[in-house]
This record gives sequence, structure tokens and C-alpha cells, in this order.
Amino acid sequence: MKEKKSKEFLEKLLEKQTKGQLKPSDRFDIPCQDMPVQDEVERRDNINEVAQGYTELQARLEAMRCIQCKNAPCIKGCPVEIRIKDFVGAIAEGRYKESLEIIKENSLLPAVCGRVCPQEAQCQKYCTVGKKFKDPTKAVSIGRLERYVADLDRDNNSIPEAGAATGMKVAVIGSGPGGIVAASDTRRAGHEVTIFEAFHKSGGVLVYGIPEFRLPKSIVKKEIEVIEKMGVKIVCNFVVGKTRTIRQLMKKDGFDAVYIGVGAGLPRFMNIEGESLVGVYSANEYLTRTNLMKAYKFGDGADTPILNSKKVAVIGGGNVAMDSARTAVRLGAEKVYLIYRRSEKEMPARIEEVHHAKEEGIEFHLLRNPKRIIGDESYRVKAIECLKYELGEPDESGRRRPVPIEGTEFTIDVDTVIVAIGNGANPLIQQTTEGLKFNKWGNIEVDEHCRTSIEGVYAGGDIVLGSATVILAMGQGRTAAAAINEYLARKKPKGAAS
Amino acid sequence: MPHKIGTKKQLSENVFTAEVEASLICRACKPGQFIILCINNEYSERIPLTIADSDSEKGTIRLIWQRIGKTTAELADLKEGDEIESIVGPLGNPTHIKNYGTVVCVGGGIGNAPLYPIVKALKEASNTIITILGARNKELLILEDEFTEMSDELIVTTDDGSYGRKALVTEPLKEVCQREGKPDQVFAIGPAIMMKFCCEVTKEFSIPTQVSLNTIMIDGTGMCGGCRIEYDGKPKFVCVDGPEFDGHKVNFDLMIKRLDTYKDKEKSSYEKYKEHKCKIGLDKNK
Ligand SMILES: Cc1cc2nc3c(=O)[nH]c(=O)nc-3n(C[C@H](O)[C@H](O)[C@H](O)COP(=O)(O)OP(=O)(O)OC[C@H]3O[C@@H](n4cnc5c(N)ncnc54)[C@H](O)[C@@H]3O)c2cc1C
Ligand code: SF4
Ligand code: FES
Repeated sequence: MKEKKSKEFLEKLLEKQTKGQLKPSDRFDIPCQDMPVQDEVERRDNINEVAQGYTELQARLEAMRCIQCKNAPCIKGCPVEIRIKDFVGAIAEGRYKESLEIIKENSLLPAVCGRVCPQEAQCQKYCTVGKKFKDPTKAVSIGRLERYVADLDRDNNSIPEAGAATGMKVAVIGSGPGGIVAASDTRRAGHEVTIFEAFHKSGGVLVYGIPEFRLPKSIVKKEIEVIEKMGVKIVCNFVVGKTRTIRQLMKKDGFDAVYIGVGAGLPRFMNIEGESLVGVYSANEYLTRTNLMKAYKFGDGADTPILNSKKVAVIGGGNVAMDSARTAVRLGAEKVYLIYRRSEKEMPARIEEVHHAKEEGIEFHLLRNPKRIIGDESYRVKAIECLKYELGEPDESGRRRPVPIEGTEFTIDVDTVIVAIGNGANPLIQQTTEGLKFNKWGNIEVDEHCRTSIEGVYAGGDIVLGSATVILAMGQGRTAAAAINEYLARKKPKGAAS
Repeated sequence: MPHKIGTKKQLSENVFTAEVEASLICRACKPGQFIILCINNEYSERIPLTIADSDSEKGTIRLIWQRIGKTTAELADLKEGDEIESIVGPLGNPTHIKNYGTVVCVGGGIGNAPLYPIVKALKEASNTIITILGARNKELLILEDEFTEMSDELIVTTDDGSYGRKALVTEPLKEVCQREGKPDQVFAIGPAIMMKFCCEVTKEFSIPTQVSLNTIMIDGTGMCGGCRIEYDGKPKFVCVDGPEFDGHKVNFDLMIKRLDTYKDKEKSSYEKYKEHKCKIGLDKNK
């Protein structure tokens, strides 16, 4: 019924569109298209993707909501400046292939970004339609549209061509989104490219961190296969700094340029009492056990165990915290509490994830923060003691600083605590790479071309930006690759007469 | 790049050793370091094992492991020529080797495996070496010949008295500490409980004691924090800050409990594996 009605609605709009009579007021009348999702009760028991993607009808209608602003403010909100207005316009007119091509000019992994980018803080934040309704959730759903055209292309097996061989060798350290893009772009320029990855599987956070229910691993796998088919060599189980150092790669193994994309990779703890008790996990550990090692299949196709937690407290308010809490639900927890020291407005997580988390029954304890974790006689987590907080003056980040209210302690009974308060920089590269400059937080210093203090060495992603986003890491991978290609074009191949 | 298993031997009822192809690791590794392996990338867990020895000419490393659960049993069931899908390393910091003077090296059970390369290196650095090896019974004692060769004095104890002295290693350790010219340094590697008691003895005599810890690990690069211990009241990651630590500062009680986090699950997984082996007759052609 509903479907039929919107079909008629679309047909009328299409008629106007072909006649060039579609006015902004018509567009404003189109209701926001909701994302179809898996049933909120059912999905608690499976790991399948929650958001199911637009139908063609929905995509077409949503795209027509875009009024094709002359100045397209959305583009300025996109870290890699995708020509949003044009790709959305192409969908509105049913030119899906072309739409995807427009996106791919700037972003290599649209199926990933359409799913995980925090659009409400980027492109959609600036969208005129959202502004017109004075409601950012009414902006054109740019991310969902991106996903729609990317998914249509899922069965396409075309492989970008590598350029003519240059005889130059590029090492990419880390196979996260930044590394994938850097490898692809340098390979296209004809260099011999090798990715070195510490884990036994490639994809970085996309495989070990972000859960299946938000980003199916088959999508990441396909992207990895694409770069392999382009001729990029991937060497897993290789820890740069331990197996070989950057210096050895360059001086002994003949690599002419290096991209460092090792991610953040050092979980922060709160430094409170009881943090090493049995049942306290970093989010990294909890998610790695479940995603990379498939602990949800323990005893039935996977050998890595995870605790069967019943009552779980997750500390933090970002995507990592939401992912941990929602993973705990799927692993069978009866109660999951999300404890965050600021209010919901300050939560850095994607709005959609916060929304889904609530739907799945996760209890939010806002303006609360743990004081200590209490264990029983066998050092297992028994409860968590928290303090109430209020918001004070804004801090350096511009967000209001949370301040504890003395004497407001209370405890919650839990058997598991997951600490998801962010990642610092892993010091391994720093300790083993002389001459490489780092800032005081241990992040690598780079210029606007992602060049580091060592000639031929480039860096990007979380190890440069601190914990950032997939799209920013990809953007830096691309910037670095362009700089590497330029650098190598100037450098004479080995053995060439000077 | 899978890793082929070369010569493989059974050292005692539940202890096995194998030479494994690992051309990059064998060139980079130093005594005290370890690897993490994953037999099959699709379903196996990742487990850490010390590099007991390496041969850069052959491009191999030597692993020694005790069959205590599903993964170590599966490893024990692999045959020469079979492959381990993933091995990553060398991980952790190398042992700080120098001339300490007189060094007591205490090994318990499977701990003799990681102790061996350290003793070898300490010998090369001209230390006087007193080795104390403990095992539950004669049958479980491993690497005795190798240690005899490297040590100036070797004391063997067994819990049941079936070989050497009937005692726990802490007994001779205490006696050695009481000797005139007490030792300058102790290395103790073995079950957590043994290291704990060794540290209690040496603390009394204020003899610096290095222990090598074998916590549960996943990545081995400092990314997950699963391997953390409480050291001097603060968290430390065994994979990147260790595996060796000043034993007098380690909270062993907590570490022992953390090691047992998945005890029930590990047990059921092992039982299931044994049952499965039985069914398909794998257990017959040992
Ligand atoms: C749980 C979780 C959820 C997230 N959700 C979102 C989201 O919804 N949207 C979003 O935009 N961002 C999200 N992020 C952030 C985003 O994933 C990261 O910003 C991004 O992946 C960083 O990419 P990168 O290229 O720096 O590398 P990473 O993805 O961090 O990968 C680095 C790779 O390098 C490897 N490596 C590390 N050290 C070495 C070494 N010495 N030698 C060899 N290899 C090494 C690592 O094993 C890893 O595979 C999330 C992060 C997490 C943890
Ligand atoms: S700001 Fe919104 S309405 Fe304007 S072009 Fe961009 S997506 Fe379309
Ligand atoms: S094993 Fe993950 S941090 Fe040590």
C-alpha cells in the first residue's frame, strides 16, 4: 500500500523532473526516506548488518530532496570534497553508474564510507535542506545515497589498471583504510607496492574493530582483493619495528618510499583501582576477540574465547563505545550500561549508532564516570562505583568540561567492564625509527603533503591525527600517495646513469 | 606465507618441540623474545610461544610447547611437513644480557624452554651459571643435557623424588642464596606460582630477579591490553613492556587469576577436540 503510494508519488515527481518543472517546494515536500533496518529485537541475537540499505525507490526520492544548491555547502563539509551535489543529482536522474564514478574520483571505498562516516558532523551538517527545516536530521541523507550506489556495484569485478612499471618500490605499513588507498594510488602510478601488516588478516580497524553488524567483512575483503589483483603484494604477520625496521626496509630491502599507516593502536585506560581485574577489557581487546577472532562462534568454528557476560558496563561515548555495547548485547548480555561523563549532545559517536544502541536496550548513564572497579575474592569484576558529573566551563576542545560532584558515589552490579575511552599512539615505530619526528602525544609530525622528517617516508591516518575517522585516514593516504608518486618521479631508478 | 614444520620431537608425555620455517624471524630474534602463532587463520586462536632457539642458516626457529589445551594439542598433532598458517615476531624485548657475575637460573616445567636461550647467552657473556631445574617427575624434565653443557653447576629437583632431589626449586634456591658470596642475579622462568615463590625467596636476600611472563595475548604489539599485569601498582603490557620484568614488583596473584579467565572454556574446547580426534581416529596414529 505504502509502497504503491510512494511509487505514484515518485512517478509524478519524475514527470515534473523530465519536463524540468521540479521546483524546490516540490522537493521540500518529499518526506525524508528512513533507512530500512533489521528488527530491533531480532537483531540482538545475530551479527548481521543492521541497516539494510535503500531500495531504488527510496534512493531516487531521497536524492530528489536535494535542491542542487549553486554553492553546494555540503562539499565543504566533506573531508575529501566529493562532488556531492553532482553524485546526488545523478541518482535523482537514475544515472547510478555515473554517480558512483563521481564519488570514486575522490573516495576509493564508498561502500565503507557510506556506512561509517559521521555524515551528520560533515557533509550533512552543512546541507541547505537541513538548514531550511532547522533540523539537521532532515538534511539530504548523503551517506545512505553513497552506500546505495556503491552497493549496486557490488558484483562488479573491474580492477583499476596499474601504470607502466617504474622499477620503484613502495612499502605501505599497515593495511587500514589509509594504507589501502596509499597502496592503490601508488600502484596505479606503476610502482611495485608491498603492504606490511602486523595481524594475520588485512583491513586494519575495518576488520578488527568495526563490527560485522555495521560493516560486513565481505565488503572489506573485496576491497582488499581488488588491490591484490592490481598487483599490490600483502605481507601479513610482519611487524615493522620488530620483524624489520623502516631503516632496513629502505637501506637493505630496496624500498624507495614508505607510507606509515599503523593507526593509533594503544588503548587508554582510566588509571583507576581495579582496572586489571578479570572481566575488564579494553574495547580493542573485546572487539578484536569478537570481530577478528570471531569469538561469537567459540566452540563452533572459532577457538578464541570471550566471557559470557551478563551485566556489562561500557565506558565512553564514541563509536568504539557504541560498538562494544552493541557487541555485548549480541554476545548475550542481559544488561548493558553505557557510562559517559558528558551529556548526549557531546557524544562523538554517529547519531545513527546512538539511536540503534538505544533501540537495542542499552541503558545510558550520562554525566557519570567510574571511580573504581570492585572485584570479588577471586579478582573477578563484581561492581563498578561511579560518580555523578556536571558540565562546567568549556575546555580546549570547546566542549564543556565534565566535573565530578563530590559525595555522589553509587555502584552498579556488573560482571564485565569495557573501557572505550580512546587510543593513544603506539610507540613501536617511534622506538625503532631514529630521526622520525613525533609530537608530544607520540603522533608522527607531517607537512601538508604527509611528508615526515625523513626523506622518502610519509605518514597518515590515526598515527598522525590521533584517533580520527576512516575518511580522514583515506584522505591522507591519497595525499601521501600523490606526494610519493611525485617524489619517485623525480628520483632516478636504481642502476640508471646519473 | 605459511610456515613448514621441520624436525619434530616429543620431549615428554606432553611436551613437544619442532623446528619451524621462519626465515625473517630467525634473522631478527634475540634471547627472551617470542612469537605468536595462529595455526589456521580462519578458526584458530593466537598463542604466544618463546623462541627457544634459532638457526639463521636454515631459516628456522625452534618452538617448545606443552599440550595443555586445544591449540597446543592441535599443534602437537601436526606432522613434519605440515604448515602453520601464521607466525609473527620476534615480539617483546630481548633479555638484558651482560656479565652479572654469578647468576642463578631457575627453570620449572616448560619454563626450561624459554630459559635455555637465556642461559646460553649468559654463558657467552662469561657469567658463572648455577642452574636449578624443577619438574613434577623425571619423565617431565626437559632439556637437561643442554643445560648441563651450559651450567657451572646444575641442580635438579622433582616433586615426587623420581629424579634428582625431592624438593621444590625454592629449596635449593634458598640454599644458594645463603651461600657465602651470594649470587648477583636470578632468572626464574616457569609456572606463575613457581616464579611467585622464587621471588619471595630472593626478595628476602635482596637479589634482583628477572621473571619472564606468559600471559594471555592476542596481537602482541600493545594494541589490545589483554596481556596486562599489575606492576608496582601500575598496568604494564607484557607483550611490549616485557616479557621480562623485575619479579619483585609483579602482582602474581592477580596475574594467576587473569591467566584463568577462560579456564572453563579452554577445558571444554580441549575436551571437544579430543572427542573429535577419537571419532576420526586421529588419536591412533600418534
Ligand atoms: C571500534 C571502532 C569503531 C570506529 N568507528 C568509526 C566510524 O564509524 N566511522 C569512522 O569514520 N571511523 C571510525 N573509527 C575510526 C577509524 O576506524 C580509524 O580512524 C581508521 O581506521 C584509521 O585508519 P588508519 O589508516 O590510520 O589505520 P588503521 O585502520 O588503524 O589500521 C592500522 C593497521 O596497521 C597495523 N599495524 C600497526 N602497527 C604496525 C606495525 N608496526 N607493522 C605493521 N602493521 C602495523 C595494524 O594491525 C592495523 O591493521 C572507529 C574505530 C574503532 C576502533
Ligand atoms: S547542501 Fe544539501 S541540498 Fe545543497 S547540494 Fe548539498 S546535498 Fe544538495
Ligand atoms: S597482547 Fe595485546 S597488548 Fe599485549
